[in-house]
Amino acid sequence: MEKRCLIEVNGLWTQFGEHIVHRDVNLAIDRGEVLSLVGGSGSGKTTLLRQMMGLEIPSQGEVKVFGVSLQHSAPDEIQRIRNRWGVLFQQGALFSALSVYDNVALPLRELRTVDEDLIRDLVLFKLGMVGIEAEHATKMPADLSGGMVKRVALARALALEPELLFLDEPTAGLDPDRSESFVRLIEDLQHELELTVVMVTHDLDTLIALSNRVAVLCDQRIVAVGTLREIVTNSHRFISNFFQGERGKRALMAVAEALVK
Amino acid sequence: MPQSSVLPRLEAQLRSTSRPDGAAGVELSGPWILRALEPELANLAAQLGEFGRDFNRHWDLSGVTRIDHAGAMLLWRAWGGRRARNLTLRPEHEALFAGFGAPRPLAPPPGRDGLAPLRMLGAQVLTFAEHARHFVQLVGRLVIDTGRLLRHPRNLPWVEISASIYRTGAQALGITALVGFLVGVVLSYLSSQQLKTFGADIFIINLLGVSVIRELGPVLAAILVAGRSGSAMTAQLGVMCVTEELDAMTVMGIPHTVRLMLPKVLGLAISMPLLVAWTDSIALIGGMVAAKWELGLSYNLFLTRLPDAVPIANLWLGLGKSVVFGILIALIACHFGLRIEPNTESLGAGTTSSVVTAITMVIVVDAAFAVMFRNVGSF
Repeated sequence: MEKRCLIEVNGLWTQFGEHIVHRDVNLAIDRGEVLSLVGGSGSGKTTLLRQMMGLEIPSQGEVKVFGVSLQHSAPDEIQRIRNRWGVLFQQGALFSALSVYDNVALPLRELRTVDEDLIRDLVLFKLGMVGIEAEHATKMPADLSGGMVKRVALARALALEPELLFLDEPTAGLDPDRSESFVRLIEDLQHELELTVVMVTHDLDTLIALSNRVAVLCDQRIVAVGTLREIVTNSHRFISNFFQGERGKRALMAVAEALVK
Repeated sequence: MPQSSVLPRLEAQLRSTSRPDGAAGVELSGPWILRALEPELANLAAQLGEFGRDFNRHWDLSGVTRIDHAGAMLLWRAWGGRRARNLTLRPEHEALFAGFGAPRPLAPPPGRDGLAPLRMLGAQVLTFAEHARHFVQLVGRLVIDTGRLLRHPRNLPWVEISASIYRTGAQALGITALVGFLVGVVLSYLSSQQLKTFGADIFIINLLGVSVIRELGPVLAAILVAGRSGSAMTAQLGVMCVTEELDAMTVMGIPHTVRLMLPKVLGLAISMPLLVAWTDSIALIGGMVAAKWELGLSYNLFLTRLPDAVPIANLWLGLGKSVVFGILIALIACHFGLRIEPNTESLGAGTTSSVVTAITMVIVVDAAFAVMFRNVGSF
């Protein structure tokens, strides 16, 4: 059986010139869990996420994904694990020169072994899964609304049936109804496919609905990791501001009510 | 760490069985996930298709350890877009198949059109007319906005104009000098070889002087500037269009004609003649060096004879032309920059069209100048 620990971050430092973003960050993410990274603006959440995808190289320390070190492994090995994760970028990052259909089909076509018929069925299924009707499949990304871009981007992230999903602000820019169905979709997928999800979010509702565990980035390090219950009761200054503020209380209350019912 | 524990060999297995009651069956085991199926996909699909033809065949999927949408879709297709009649499935895999329905049609591809070439020609003519209309509109807007600005000259974007002169002029000194010098050398070298055979060595001064000052200097500099600054202007405006920066300026009440276009147009109108004067001098120096080398013509003689050989009108004509070129390049760059749509392909295409159009227009206008001023600057 594969190792339980999917992502390991060991002693990670990030420094831009004089400015230190991360100071000795350690984090382990297990298979099958949904971990949310929270922290103030500029606390380096997105940077940490990008380091987990191998887009940025930390100044010091190591990131291992699927047990493969992103810094010290052969390019071939890193290439192999790249097919096992999907990424949803904050702005969607759809290829603007390709239609919606081709955007989702691209990763499948790159495999070079999947025939066009199966690609068609899979792409339409994935698009249907995120709530995009077939008639939008021929549109260009520039003609889509912000929410649709996000959903198409999710369909593309899921095209290769990843085991690990990175979400950068998945519900930012979606209307409440769409956020809700987005959250439900991720939940369903997570159960069906034993997906591991790492997500950066500011949206308390999403955070509370999805996360098994929460990691809080503050003052250049991870100040707390744990289940939502553990985090909420933490007395750290940033955490109490984050969750005990007016908005946080409201969101937590809603969850508590839902649990009582 | 042993790699095998991280990336184990995955194999989806497919085995034909016969059931106790005599019916044909097929047993699937192992992980039926895309990553495991992908290397053998064509083969597996063919086998599954074969099994799927017998609709009463019993499918036993209880040995499947993991299955994802791609694996499930592959089976679904083998069953002909419906659930197999006799199917044993692990309960946790049930949900995967629940989401599949009948295959959905994609929008049909557009049919062939017999009139396509004619339609294309028509579209091209219309596009051209559209470009012309937009260009005229743009120039008109610029003139109106500038006219309004002239009543309050303090509001002129002086800093932007000076930045534009620096970027399009000062920073282009190196490349125009290099190209000018080399063209001067080549022209002088080739001409002097011909002139030597006629014993008309001294006419190299007339030849070089007139051609460089009147034609080559302005056109060369304009082509370099169109490639260098024109493309940069188009790309800058295009990206600003894409990122909604132009809209942000509009809602703040800052007309982008004044703040973005005017500095570019004025900047190039000022820096172009200066660049041309610079290119002319360097090209003449190049020609002078080559003439000395090839014909033994002294620098002193070259410089003293030059004013007599080339009437001063040629210089004014060259510099005047270059002002027009500068304005033209900047206007064309802005025209294409403002038409860029929010996608990467449009940005590339727009920049290319901008440079190609600018260079073409420079040469067309240069020809017009040559015809209009054919009586000026000769003896």
